[in-house]
Amino acid sequence: MTQDIPGTIMFDGTQAQKGFALNRMCFSFNSAENRAAFVRDEDAYCRKFGLTDEQRVAVRSRSVLAMIEAGGNVYYLAKLAGIFGLNVQDIGAQQAGTSVDAFKAKLAAAGAADVASGVRDRATARACESRHPHTGGQ
Amino acid sequence: MARIIGGIASTHVPAIGKAIAEKKHNDPYWRPFFKGFDYVHYWLAREKPDVAVIFYNDHGLNFFLDKLPTFAVGAASEYRNEDEGWGIPVARSVPGDPDLSWHLINALVADEFDITMCQDMLIDHAVTIPMTLMWPGERWPVKIVPISINTVQHPLPSLARCLRLGCSVGRALETYARDLRVLVVATGGLSHQLDGKRAGFINKDFDQLCLDKIVNDPEALTRYSTHDWVELAGAQGVEFLNWMAMRGALTGRVTQVHRNYHIPISNTAAATIVLENASTAARHAA
Repeated sequence: MTQDIPGTIMFDGTQAQKGFALNRMCFSFNSAENRAAFVRDEDAYCRKFGLTDEQRVAVRSRSVLAMIEAGGNVYYLAKLAGIFGLNVQDIGAQQAGTSVDAFKAKLAAAGAADVASGVRDRATARACESRHPHTGGQ
Repeated sequence: MARIIGGIASTHVPAIGKAIAEKKHNDPYWRPFFKGFDYVHYWLAREKPDVAVIFYNDHGLNFFLDKLPTFAVGAASEYRNEDEGWGIPVARSVPGDPDLSWHLINALVADEFDITMCQDMLIDHAVTIPMTLMWPGERWPVKIVPISINTVQHPLPSLARCLRLGCSVGRALETYARDLRVLVVATGGLSHQLDGKRAGFINKDFDQLCLDKIVNDPEALTRYSTHDWVELAGAQGVEFLNWMAMRGALTGRVTQVHRNYHIPISNTAAATIVLENASTAARHAA
Protein backbone atom coordinates (compact mmCIF):
# COMPACT_ATOMS: atom_id res chain seq x y z
CA MET A 1 0.00 0.00 0.00
CA THR A 2 1.37 3.44 -0.86
CA GLN A 3 2.20 5.73 2.04
CA ASP A 4 1.42 8.98 0.25
CA ILE A 5 -1.27 10.61 2.40
CA PRO A 6 0.40 13.49 4.25
CA GLY A 7 0.72 13.02 8.00
CA THR A 8 -0.60 9.46 7.77
CA ILE A 9 1.12 6.09 8.08
CA MET A 10 -1.18 3.29 6.98
CA PHE A 11 -0.99 0.35 9.35
CA ASP A 12 -0.26 -2.27 6.69
CA GLY A 13 1.76 -5.47 6.57
CA THR A 14 5.07 -3.63 6.66
CA GLN A 15 4.09 -1.63 9.75
CA ALA A 16 2.39 -4.65 11.37
CA GLN A 17 5.58 -6.71 11.10
CA LYS A 18 7.75 -3.87 12.28
CA GLY A 19 5.53 -3.06 15.24
CA PHE A 20 4.62 -6.54 16.44
CA ALA A 21 6.60 -6.52 19.71
CA LEU A 22 5.50 -3.00 20.64
CA ASN A 23 1.85 -3.69 19.85
CA ARG A 24 1.98 -6.99 21.74
CA MET A 25 3.29 -5.17 24.80
CA CYS A 26 0.51 -2.59 24.50
CA PHE A 27 -2.09 -5.36 24.09
CA SER A 28 -0.94 -6.69 27.48
CA PHE A 29 -2.04 -3.39 29.05
CA ASN A 30 -5.65 -4.57 28.94
CA SER A 31 -4.71 -6.01 32.33
CA ALA A 32 -4.36 -3.65 35.31
CA GLU A 33 -1.73 -5.97 36.77
CA ASN A 34 0.40 -5.60 33.64
CA ARG A 35 -0.02 -1.83 33.63
CA ALA A 36 1.25 -1.79 37.20
CA ALA A 37 4.20 -4.02 36.26
CA PHE A 38 5.16 -1.59 33.49
CA VAL A 39 5.04 1.36 35.89
CA ARG A 40 7.10 -0.58 38.46
CA ASP A 41 9.93 -1.41 36.07
CA GLU A 42 9.56 -0.06 32.56
CA ASP A 43 12.92 -1.36 31.33
CA ALA A 44 12.28 -4.90 32.47
CA TYR A 45 8.77 -4.85 31.04
CA CYS A 46 9.95 -3.64 27.62
CA ARG A 47 12.74 -6.25 27.63
CA LYS A 48 10.25 -8.99 28.37
CA PHE A 49 8.35 -8.12 25.18
CA GLY A 50 11.53 -7.83 23.09
CA LEU A 51 11.09 -4.26 21.91
CA THR A 52 13.55 -3.14 19.26
CA ASP A 53 15.97 -0.35 20.13
CA GLU A 54 13.91 2.08 18.04
CA GLN A 55 10.75 1.09 19.90
CA ARG A 56 12.43 1.30 23.29
CA VAL A 57 13.69 4.82 22.53
CA ALA A 58 10.25 5.83 21.26
CA VAL A 59 8.51 4.54 24.39
CA ARG A 60 11.10 6.15 26.66
CA SER A 61 10.65 9.51 24.92
CA ARG A 62 6.80 9.17 25.11
CA SER A 63 6.70 10.30 21.48
CA VAL A 64 3.62 8.86 19.80
CA LEU A 65 4.88 9.80 16.32
CA ALA A 66 8.10 7.89 16.99
CA MET A 67 6.11 4.89 18.25
CA ILE A 68 3.97 4.94 15.10
CA GLU A 69 7.09 5.22 12.97
CA ALA A 70 8.35 2.13 14.84
CA GLY A 71 5.24 0.18 13.85
CA GLY A 72 2.89 1.03 16.69
CA ASN A 73 -0.83 0.96 16.01
CA VAL A 74 -2.77 3.80 17.59
CA TYR A 75 -5.47 1.61 19.14
CA TYR A 76 -2.75 -0.29 21.01
CA LEU A 77 -0.68 2.81 21.77
CA ALA A 78 -3.78 4.36 23.35
CA LYS A 79 -3.63 1.63 26.00
CA LEU A 80 -0.06 2.70 26.80
CA ALA A 81 -1.07 6.38 26.78
CA GLY A 82 -3.79 5.53 29.29
CA ILE A 83 -1.11 4.51 31.81
CA PHE A 84 0.11 8.10 31.76
CA GLY A 85 -3.44 9.44 32.03
CA LEU A 86 -3.44 10.64 28.41
CA ASN A 87 -6.48 10.27 26.16
CA VAL A 88 -6.71 10.41 22.36
CA GLN A 89 -7.05 14.19 22.40
CA ASP A 90 -3.82 14.52 24.37
CA ILE A 91 -1.96 12.23 21.99
CA GLY A 92 -3.65 13.88 19.00
CA ALA A 93 -2.34 17.26 20.08
CA GLN A 94 1.13 15.82 20.71
CA GLN A 95 1.27 14.36 17.20
CA ALA A 96 -0.17 17.43 15.51
CA GLY A 97 2.39 19.53 17.38
CA THR A 98 -0.11 21.82 19.09
CA SER A 99 -1.43 22.42 22.59
CA VAL A 100 -4.42 20.33 23.66
CA ASP A 101 -6.54 23.49 23.78
CA ALA A 102 -5.54 24.43 20.23
CA PHE A 103 -6.24 20.86 19.09
CA LYS A 104 -9.72 20.95 20.63
CA ALA A 105 -10.39 24.39 19.14
CA LYS A 106 -9.49 23.11 15.68
CA LEU A 107 -11.96 20.23 16.06
CA ALA A 108 -14.68 22.60 17.25
CA ALA A 109 -13.97 24.84 14.26
CA ALA A 110 -14.42 21.87 11.92
CA GLY A 111 -17.89 21.49 13.40
CA ALA A 112 -18.72 25.16 13.13
CA ALA A 113 -18.12 25.21 9.36
CA ASP A 114 -21.41 26.08 7.70
CA VAL A 115 -23.62 23.26 6.46
CA ALA A 116 -26.92 25.08 6.84
CA SER A 117 -27.38 25.71 3.15
CA GLY A 118 -25.91 22.42 2.11
CA VAL A 119 -24.95 24.00 -1.18
CA ARG A 120 -21.23 24.08 -0.67
CA ASP A 121 -21.34 20.55 0.78
CA ARG A 122 -23.15 19.11 -2.18
CA ALA A 123 -20.73 20.80 -4.56
CA THR A 124 -17.79 19.36 -2.66
CA ALA A 125 -19.55 16.04 -2.49
CA ARG A 126 -19.89 15.96 -6.25
CA ALA A 127 -16.21 16.81 -6.53
CA CYS A 128 -15.40 13.92 -4.19
CA GLU A 129 -17.61 11.58 -6.15
CA SER A 130 -16.18 12.43 -9.52
CA ARG A 131 -12.72 11.37 -8.39
CA HIS A 132 -13.17 7.80 -9.53
CA PRO A 133 -15.85 7.73 -12.20
CA HIS A 134 -14.27 4.71 -13.87
CA THR A 135 -15.19 2.41 -11.01
CA GLY A 136 -18.70 3.75 -10.52
CA GLY A 137 -21.24 1.17 -9.48
CA GLN A 138 -24.19 2.87 -11.17
CA MET B 1 -40.38 -15.76 10.12
CA ALA B 2 -37.81 -13.23 11.25
CA ARG B 3 -38.41 -9.68 10.14
CA ILE B 4 -35.70 -7.00 9.69
CA ILE B 5 -37.28 -3.89 11.19
CA GLY B 6 -34.46 -1.49 10.41
CA GLY B 7 -30.96 -0.31 11.11
CA ILE B 8 -29.27 2.04 13.52
CA ALA B 9 -25.76 3.40 13.09
CA SER B 10 -23.92 5.12 15.90
CA THR B 11 -20.49 6.43 16.71
CA HIS B 12 -18.71 4.44 19.45
CA VAL B 13 -16.01 6.84 20.76
CA PRO B 14 -14.67 5.60 24.16
CA ALA B 15 -15.05 9.10 25.67
CA ILE B 16 -18.84 8.60 25.42
CA GLY B 17 -18.50 5.78 27.96
CA LYS B 18 -16.80 8.13 30.40
CA ALA B 19 -19.37 10.86 29.78
CA ILE B 20 -22.20 8.40 30.52
CA ALA B 21 -20.48 7.22 33.71
CA GLU B 22 -20.06 10.84 34.80
CA LYS B 23 -23.66 11.70 33.78
CA LYS B 24 -22.60 14.53 31.47
CA HIS B 25 -25.63 14.17 29.18
CA ASN B 26 -26.68 17.80 29.66
CA ASP B 27 -23.21 19.28 29.65
CA PRO B 28 -23.04 21.81 26.74
CA TYR B 29 -20.27 19.79 25.07
CA TRP B 30 -22.27 16.55 25.18
CA ARG B 31 -25.89 17.61 24.87
CA PRO B 32 -25.96 17.97 21.03
CA PHE B 33 -24.77 14.38 20.82
CA PHE B 34 -26.93 12.74 23.50
CA LYS B 35 -30.13 14.52 22.47
CA GLY B 36 -29.73 12.78 19.12
CA PHE B 37 -30.73 9.61 20.96
CA ASP B 38 -34.14 10.83 22.16
CA TYR B 39 -35.72 9.76 18.89
CA VAL B 40 -33.77 6.49 18.93
CA HIS B 41 -35.28 5.66 22.34
CA TYR B 42 -38.79 6.49 21.11
CA TRP B 43 -38.30 4.40 17.97
CA LEU B 44 -36.88 1.39 19.82
CA ALA B 45 -39.70 1.52 22.40
CA ARG B 46 -42.18 1.47 19.53
CA GLU B 47 -40.45 -1.15 17.37
CA LYS B 48 -39.37 -3.52 20.17
CA PRO B 49 -36.64 -5.56 18.49
CA ASP B 50 -35.93 -9.01 19.97
CA VAL B 51 -32.42 -9.32 18.64
CA ALA B 52 -29.70 -7.03 17.28
CA VAL B 53 -27.10 -8.06 14.72
CA ILE B 54 -24.19 -5.68 15.37
CA PHE B 55 -21.45 -4.88 12.86
CA TYR B 56 -18.48 -3.38 14.69
CA ASN B 57 -14.69 -3.41 14.85
CA ASP B 58 -12.64 -4.75 17.75
CA HIS B 59 -9.92 -2.43 19.06
CA GLY B 60 -7.62 -4.99 20.63
CA LEU B 61 -9.76 -6.61 23.30
CA ASN B 62 -10.85 -9.92 21.76
CA PHE B 63 -8.48 -9.97 18.81
CA PHE B 64 -4.80 -9.15 18.69
CA LEU B 65 -2.74 -8.69 15.55
CA ASP B 66 -1.38 -12.25 15.83
CA LYS B 67 -4.62 -13.74 14.50
CA LEU B 68 -6.87 -11.12 13.01
CA PRO B 69 -9.96 -12.25 11.10
CA THR B 70 -11.34 -10.04 8.35
CA PHE B 71 -14.88 -11.05 9.35
CA ALA B 72 -15.77 -12.84 12.61
CA VAL B 73 -19.23 -13.90 13.75
CA GLY B 74 -20.04 -14.39 17.43
CA ALA B 75 -21.78 -17.63 18.38
CA ALA B 76 -21.80 -17.35 22.16
CA SER B 77 -24.69 -17.48 24.62
CA GLU B 78 -23.19 -14.52 26.45
CA TYR B 79 -20.71 -11.79 25.51
CA ARG B 80 -18.55 -10.20 28.18
CA ASN B 81 -16.77 -6.86 28.16
CA GLU B 82 -13.45 -6.49 29.99
CA ASP B 83 -10.88 -3.87 30.92
CA GLU B 84 -9.63 -2.36 27.65
CA GLY B 85 -6.95 -0.22 29.25
CA TRP B 86 -8.75 2.93 28.05
CA GLY B 87 -10.05 3.90 31.49
CA ILE B 88 -13.73 3.39 30.69
CA PRO B 89 -16.00 1.38 33.03
CA VAL B 90 -16.46 -2.32 32.23
CA ALA B 91 -19.98 -2.82 30.90
CA ARG B 92 -22.44 -5.56 31.82
CA SER B 93 -22.60 -8.73 29.72
CA VAL B 94 -25.01 -9.11 26.82
CA PRO B 95 -26.98 -12.30 26.09
CA GLY B 96 -26.33 -13.96 22.74
CA ASP B 97 -28.55 -16.01 20.45
CA PRO B 98 -26.40 -18.98 19.39
CA ASP B 99 -29.15 -20.52 17.28
CA LEU B 100 -29.43 -17.38 15.15
CA SER B 101 -25.62 -17.06 15.10
CA TRP B 102 -25.23 -20.53 13.62
CA HIS B 103 -27.99 -19.87 11.11
CA LEU B 104 -26.06 -16.79 9.94
CA ILE B 105 -22.73 -18.64 9.97
CA ASN B 106 -24.13 -21.47 7.85
CA ALA B 107 -25.71 -19.04 5.41
CA LEU B 108 -22.61 -16.85 5.12
CA VAL B 109 -20.26 -19.76 4.43
CA ALA B 110 -22.75 -21.23 1.95
CA ASP B 111 -22.65 -17.79 0.33
CA GLU B 112 -18.82 -18.04 0.13
CA PHE B 113 -18.00 -15.65 2.98
CA ASP B 114 -15.24 -17.55 4.80
CA ILE B 115 -15.85 -16.04 8.20
CA THR B 116 -14.27 -16.91 11.56
CA MET B 117 -16.67 -18.51 14.06
CA CYS B 118 -16.35 -17.43 17.68
CA GLN B 119 -18.03 -19.41 20.46
CA ASP B 120 -16.16 -17.28 22.98
CA MET B 121 -15.83 -13.61 22.14
CA LEU B 122 -15.25 -10.52 24.26
CA ILE B 123 -17.07 -7.41 23.07
CA ASP B 124 -15.37 -4.05 23.44
CA HIS B 125 -16.65 -0.48 23.70
CA ALA B 126 -17.60 -0.58 20.02
CA VAL B 127 -20.51 -2.82 21.06
CA THR B 128 -21.18 -1.77 24.64
CA ILE B 129 -21.27 2.02 24.11
CA PRO B 130 -23.87 1.91 21.31
CA MET B 131 -25.86 -0.62 23.41
CA THR B 132 -25.80 1.83 26.34
CA LEU B 133 -26.75 4.72 24.08
CA MET B 134 -29.67 2.81 22.56
CA TRP B 135 -30.92 1.32 25.81
CA PRO B 136 -29.75 3.51 28.71
CA GLY B 137 -31.90 1.65 31.26
CA GLU B 138 -31.06 -1.03 33.78
CA ARG B 139 -31.27 -3.90 31.34
CA TRP B 140 -30.74 -4.52 27.66
CA PRO B 141 -33.93 -5.97 26.16
CA VAL B 142 -32.31 -7.72 23.20
CA LYS B 143 -30.01 -10.62 22.46
CA ILE B 144 -27.17 -9.90 20.09
CA VAL B 145 -25.13 -11.43 17.30
CA PRO B 146 -21.88 -9.44 17.05
CA ILE B 147 -20.08 -9.47 13.69
CA SER B 148 -16.59 -8.01 13.75
CA ILE B 149 -15.01 -6.44 10.66
CA ASN B 150 -11.28 -5.72 10.53
CA THR B 151 -10.77 -1.97 10.25
CA VAL B 152 -7.41 -2.00 12.03
CA GLN B 153 -4.76 -3.74 9.95
CA HIS B 154 -4.56 -3.25 6.19
CA PRO B 155 -5.51 -4.77 3.83
CA LEU B 156 -9.12 -4.14 4.87
CA PRO B 157 -12.10 -5.65 3.09
CA SER B 158 -13.49 -3.30 0.44
CA LEU B 159 -16.64 -1.23 0.86
CA ALA B 160 -18.28 -3.39 -1.80
CA ARG B 161 -17.35 -6.58 0.05
CA CYS B 162 -18.83 -5.27 3.30
CA LEU B 163 -22.03 -4.24 1.52
CA ARG B 164 -22.26 -7.79 0.09
CA LEU B 165 -21.57 -9.29 3.52
CA GLY B 166 -24.51 -7.31 4.85
CA CYS B 167 -26.71 -8.43 1.93
CA SER B 168 -25.86 -12.04 2.73
CA VAL B 169 -26.76 -11.52 6.40
CA GLY B 170 -30.01 -9.84 5.35
CA ARG B 171 -31.00 -12.71 3.06
CA ALA B 172 -30.18 -15.20 5.80
CA LEU B 173 -32.28 -13.30 8.34
CA GLU B 174 -35.26 -13.37 5.99
CA THR B 175 -35.15 -17.17 5.85
CA TYR B 176 -34.85 -17.62 9.60
CA ALA B 177 -37.86 -19.54 10.84
CA ARG B 178 -38.23 -18.02 14.30
CA ASP B 179 -40.65 -15.13 14.62
CA LEU B 180 -38.14 -12.45 15.61
CA ARG B 181 -37.97 -8.72 15.13
CA VAL B 182 -34.39 -8.05 14.09
CA LEU B 183 -32.52 -4.76 14.37
CA VAL B 184 -29.26 -4.34 12.44
CA VAL B 185 -26.68 -2.06 14.04
CA ALA B 186 -23.47 -0.49 12.76
CA THR B 187 -21.01 1.25 15.05
CA GLY B 188 -18.10 3.63 14.51
CA GLY B 189 -17.30 6.61 12.32
CA LEU B 190 -17.76 9.04 10.86
CA SER B 191 -14.63 10.92 9.77
CA HIS B 192 -11.75 10.94 12.24
CA GLN B 193 -8.06 10.31 12.52
CA LEU B 194 -6.25 9.49 15.75
CA ASP B 195 -2.74 8.85 14.47
CA GLY B 196 0.03 10.75 12.72
CA LYS B 197 0.59 14.43 12.15
CA ARG B 198 -2.86 14.55 10.54
CA ALA B 199 -4.50 13.57 13.87
CA GLY B 200 -7.68 15.59 14.34
CA PHE B 201 -8.62 15.43 10.66
CA ILE B 202 -12.38 15.69 10.05
CA ASN B 203 -14.21 16.01 6.72
CA LYS B 204 -17.71 17.32 7.18
CA ASP B 205 -18.44 17.53 3.46
CA PHE B 206 -17.54 13.92 2.84
CA ASP B 207 -19.52 12.83 5.91
CA GLN B 208 -22.60 14.56 4.50
CA LEU B 209 -22.14 12.71 1.23
CA CYS B 210 -21.87 9.39 3.10
CA LEU B 211 -24.94 10.12 5.22
CA ASP B 212 -26.94 10.85 2.07
CA LYS B 213 -25.69 7.91 0.03
CA ILE B 214 -25.95 5.28 2.75
CA VAL B 215 -29.74 5.67 2.74
CA ASN B 216 -30.68 5.32 -0.93
CA ASP B 217 -27.54 4.64 -2.92
CA PRO B 218 -24.91 2.76 -0.88
CA GLU B 219 -23.62 1.18 -4.09
CA ALA B 220 -22.33 4.61 -5.15
CA LEU B 221 -19.88 4.53 -2.23
CA THR B 222 -18.29 1.29 -3.41
CA ARG B 223 -16.32 3.23 -6.03
CA TYR B 224 -13.96 4.46 -3.31
CA SER B 225 -10.86 2.44 -2.53
CA THR B 226 -9.60 1.97 1.03
CA HIS B 227 -6.84 4.42 0.21
CA ASP B 228 -9.42 7.00 -0.94
CA TRP B 229 -11.38 6.42 2.24
CA VAL B 230 -8.38 7.04 4.50
CA GLU B 231 -7.64 10.21 2.58
CA LEU B 232 -11.24 11.48 2.63
CA ALA B 233 -12.54 10.23 5.99
CA GLY B 234 -9.33 9.89 8.01
CA ALA B 235 -7.40 6.78 9.06
CA GLN B 236 -10.13 5.61 11.46
CA GLY B 237 -12.97 6.82 9.23
CA VAL B 238 -12.67 3.36 7.68
CA GLU B 239 -15.04 2.21 10.43
CA PHE B 240 -17.68 3.16 7.87
CA LEU B 241 -17.25 -0.42 6.62
CA ASN B 242 -19.57 -1.40 9.47
CA TRP B 243 -22.19 1.03 8.15
CA MET B 244 -21.94 -0.51 4.68
CA ALA B 245 -22.57 -3.98 6.10
CA MET B 246 -25.54 -2.76 8.15
CA ARG B 247 -27.05 -1.09 5.09
CA GLY B 248 -26.55 -4.22 3.01
CA ALA B 249 -28.58 -6.20 5.52
CA LEU B 250 -31.63 -3.96 5.00
CA THR B 251 -33.12 -5.93 2.16
CA GLY B 252 -36.41 -4.07 1.71
CA ARG B 253 -37.44 -0.51 1.01
CA VAL B 254 -35.32 1.75 3.23
CA THR B 255 -36.38 5.07 4.71
CA GLN B 256 -34.30 7.32 6.92
CA VAL B 257 -36.41 8.38 9.91
CA HIS B 258 -33.71 10.05 11.98
CA ARG B 259 -30.29 11.61 11.55
CA ASN B 260 -28.05 13.45 13.99
CA TYR B 261 -24.59 14.74 13.12
CA HIS B 262 -22.33 16.61 15.48
CA ILE B 263 -18.68 17.70 15.56
CA PRO B 264 -16.75 17.07 17.69
CA ILE B 265 -17.04 14.22 20.13
CA SER B 266 -13.45 13.74 21.21
CA ASN B 267 -11.58 13.62 17.86
CA THR B 268 -14.56 12.38 15.89
CA ALA B 269 -17.45 13.60 13.77
CA ALA B 270 -20.29 11.82 15.55
CA ALA B 271 -23.31 10.54 13.64
CA THR B 272 -26.45 8.65 14.52
CA ILE B 273 -29.02 7.44 12.00
CA VAL B 274 -32.17 5.32 12.13
CA LEU B 275 -33.29 3.56 8.96
CA GLU B 276 -36.60 1.75 8.63
CA ASN B 277 -36.81 -1.33 6.48
CA ALA B 278 -40.14 -2.18 4.85
CA SER B 279 -39.89 -5.90 4.30
CA THR B 280 -40.10 -7.50 0.89
CA ALA B 281 -43.24 -9.32 1.99
CA ALA B 282 -44.88 -6.05 3.01
CA ARG B 283 -43.86 -4.56 -0.31
CA HIS B 284 -45.45 -7.44 -2.19
CA ALA B 285 -48.60 -7.12 -0.14
CA ALA B 286 -48.84 -3.40 -0.87
